[in-house]
Amino acid sequence: MASAFYTINTIQPGHRTANKTFNNPNSPFLGSSRKLRLVPFSNTIQSAASVRRQSTIVAVSSSDVVKKKKTNSSFSHSDLLITREEGLELFEDMVLGRGFEDMCAQMYYRGKMFGFVHLYNGQEAVSTGFIKLLTKEDSVVSTYRDHVHALSKGVPARQVMSELFGKTTGCCRGQGGSMHMFSKEFNVLGGFAFIGEGIPVATGAAFTSKYRREVLKEADSDHVTLAFFGDGTCNNGQFFECLNMAALWKLPIVFVVENNLWAIGMSHLRATSDPEIWKKGPAFGMPGVHVDGMDVLKVREVAKEAIGRARRGEGPTLIECETYRFRGHSLADPDELRDPVEKSHYATRDPITALKKYMFEHNLAKEDEFKAIEKKIEEMMEDAVEFADASPLPPRPQLLENVFADPKGFGIGPDGRYRCEDPKFTQGTAHV
Amino acid sequence: MAEVFQAIGAATALSSTNVFNSKRVLFSYRRSVSERKTSVCTLRSDGSLFSGLSSRGRKAEPLTAVATKTESSTASVASKPGHELLLYEALREGLEEEMEKDPTVCVIGEDVGHYGGSYKVTKGLAKKYGDLRVLDTPIAENSFTGMAIGAAMTGLRPIIEGMNMGFLLLAFNQISNNCGMLHYTSGGQFTIPAVIRGPGGVGRQLGPEHSQCLESYFLAIPGIQMVACSTPYNAKGLMKAAIRSENPVILFEHVLLYNLKERIPDEEYVLNLEEAEMVRPGKQVTILTYSRMRHSVLLAAKTLVNKGYDPEIIDIRSLKPFDLYTIGNSVKKTRRVLIVEECMQTGGIGASLAAAIYKNFFYELDDAIVCLSSKDVPTGYAGSLEEWTLVQEADIVTAVEDFFKPKELRRNSGS
Repeated sequence: MASAFYTINTIQPGHRTANKTFNNPNSPFLGSSRKLRLVPFSNTIQSAASVRRQSTIVAVSSSDVVKKKKTNSSFSHSDLLITREEGLELFEDMVLGRGFEDMCAQMYYRGKMFGFVHLYNGQEAVSTGFIKLLTKEDSVVSTYRDHVHALSKGVPARQVMSELFGKTTGCCRGQGGSMHMFSKEFNVLGGFAFIGEGIPVATGAAFTSKYRREVLKEADSDHVTLAFFGDGTCNNGQFFECLNMAALWKLPIVFVVENNLWAIGMSHLRATSDPEIWKKGPAFGMPGVHVDGMDVLKVREVAKEAIGRARRGEGPTLIECETYRFRGHSLADPDELRDPVEKSHYATRDPITALKKYMFEHNLAKEDEFKAIEKKIEEMMEDAVEFADASPLPPRPQLLENVFADPKGFGIGPDGRYRCEDPKFTQGTAHV
Repeated sequence: MAEVFQAIGAATALSSTNVFNSKRVLFSYRRSVSERKTSVCTLRSDGSLFSGLSSRGRKAEPLTAVATKTESSTASVASKPGHELLLYEALREGLEEEMEKDPTVCVIGEDVGHYGGSYKVTKGLAKKYGDLRVLDTPIAENSFTGMAIGAAMTGLRPIIEGMNMGFLLLAFNQISNNCGMLHYTSGGQFTIPAVIRGPGGVGRQLGPEHSQCLESYFLAIPGIQMVACSTPYNAKGLMKAAIRSENPVILFEHVLLYNLKERIPDEEYVLNLEEAEMVRPGKQVTILTYSRMRHSVLLAAKTLVNKGYDPEIIDIRSLKPFDLYTIGNSVKKTRRVLIVEECMQTGGIGASLAAAIYKNFFYELDDAIVCLSSKDVPTGYAGSLEEWTLVQEADIVTAVEDFFKPKELRRNSGS
């Protein structure tokens, strides 16, 4: 079938399109060599010239598909975007993310965790839509809003909660905290507090994947890296520098912009000369895609193609997910600047509700199955909190342990011995 | 646990007939340190190989004076005389040997590939190893440093070249937050065995921005090690040690030293990252220096020796952490310390080193520490301004002489 993607209107604030039925899951991806067929669907369409670049590099939007499916409610199975099992998996992952973040808020206000905690409520579709398509060896790099990325990738809730409580059983032994979730086992490469500083790290992970394949001749090295970051980061130099390098060397990376319109209190439109981030992809020689980030199925379709592209060695993709965070920037943010109308608009597009609705309409699951999953997640959260509560704080010996991979780096003391050979070193009281 | 040391052959001896512009350079050594699981071998300066568990003893070092021809040391086995090369070639040799040995070692930087490096340290490597292994990057220091860090986290061992160490200012975000701290922040899960290297220091009228000494800027970053090379011998040894280290290491080279010639051993050798180098043993005053200033100190030492002084010269080599053992032993012996560096006076390496010596060896000192550093001014382009910004040989001679003058007659040649 011909491409069903069209160029998008200029985005106006507050006029975000409602959930359009996602048409045509089998259509080829915009980044392919097929020509883009432009069909004007309104009088405010962008000029075609802005899209007529090299045939492989296009910027399109998938959320303004106009053609509607036949309106009767019976859909044949071949039109379904997901199977029943996949649907339940996606549902469970999103409920896990939501439940975890809600529990975080509770625990924070009860004084179990401190500092800056940034919650992901409302954005679950992006994390679930992308990360559930990855293998264990693929890598994920995130920002400080990283709890749910870690959970989706497979890090046990217990370990994440412990980390938030600052306990030694946390995934980073209590040394990272909310903003620094790392997991070597599940290839979560962070968790970064400064925005933009994770993108080069993600580019490096993608570089390793390519290096392994081409220099070390590991033929099965096709690991993909996903870099998640927000709209504010898209004005940062590291973003642009990495878009350039990734496209230049065709690195197996997908840049995922979680555009929730706000960078703390700075509206995206007040900070950005051209707010359409997806358009910045083609400027660097990669496809740019805009997708409705509140719809997990749309995100998943776009993600499939982008991850496939990267795995095949065709290079990076820039995907802008229009999404929204239901809570403030962090638990310390009073969230007074955002318009309540905007908030309620997006509340109607809650991704979990949307997925549930889709699955009901297509008879993929019943209410009690959803309830069972919700209960399971509730119990998991209780268990995680209990585990974190019962875990010990890092003991004194842990203070000096992970500063250097090779502790000789602490140097040689006046007595001629390496500092790390001092018996007090393992007790954490050595003078370094 | 990484094997830091390696030596080839059971009884290879280090050549003791190195010639270095008619100056004699003596190498310090260290007894093997590790009592951990892996056994390590250390190549000693007298040529013997020490392997296995650590011992606490330290042999006496043979004495040599500056600028005299030396007798060969008591090496047990006479070895080949080695080969002569320039410092940048020594760096390249070390780099190439490591790249040959370990395919995950790669080079990332501007103009390192086809151009061969702005100071030719990586010349020919791209042709040999390919464009991906010797990667020419766009001009984006922060991002390609971060990229190298991400690569290091996922299994590679990148060497990041800063075309000038001053450009590392642009990469400070990545160096401080990620390079230094990620191992700790991730709870020890990810290691960053990266090397950041490049030329810095004052050249010949390069102007303020290209004449910076940034060592001290990185001093406070936890989790990194810093070394400065000053001769072809230690350049190659430190390069290899840095690449093999599991810690992130910043290797500071100096623009004016790349064409220094020296004869270095044919045998493979790796130096210790944390140790200082005893250049000239003496009894009267300890002169601590590193990088280019080492050579200024050696020139000044000629004058001093002729005037009857007996300075002990130590090239501290390891800027972070300081080798307090070698330094401490020297302080206890001479009781007077002169630090000569090219870094800035305020907040320079010398300032931190002086503080560390006061903290650890205050009661061993007979006199206040004198620290000769570059003036707290940008290094002007004009030759005269540049000369007055830096420490000159005459300043060093004056400072040493001042130690032996009463306070009223001292010429205050440093602070």
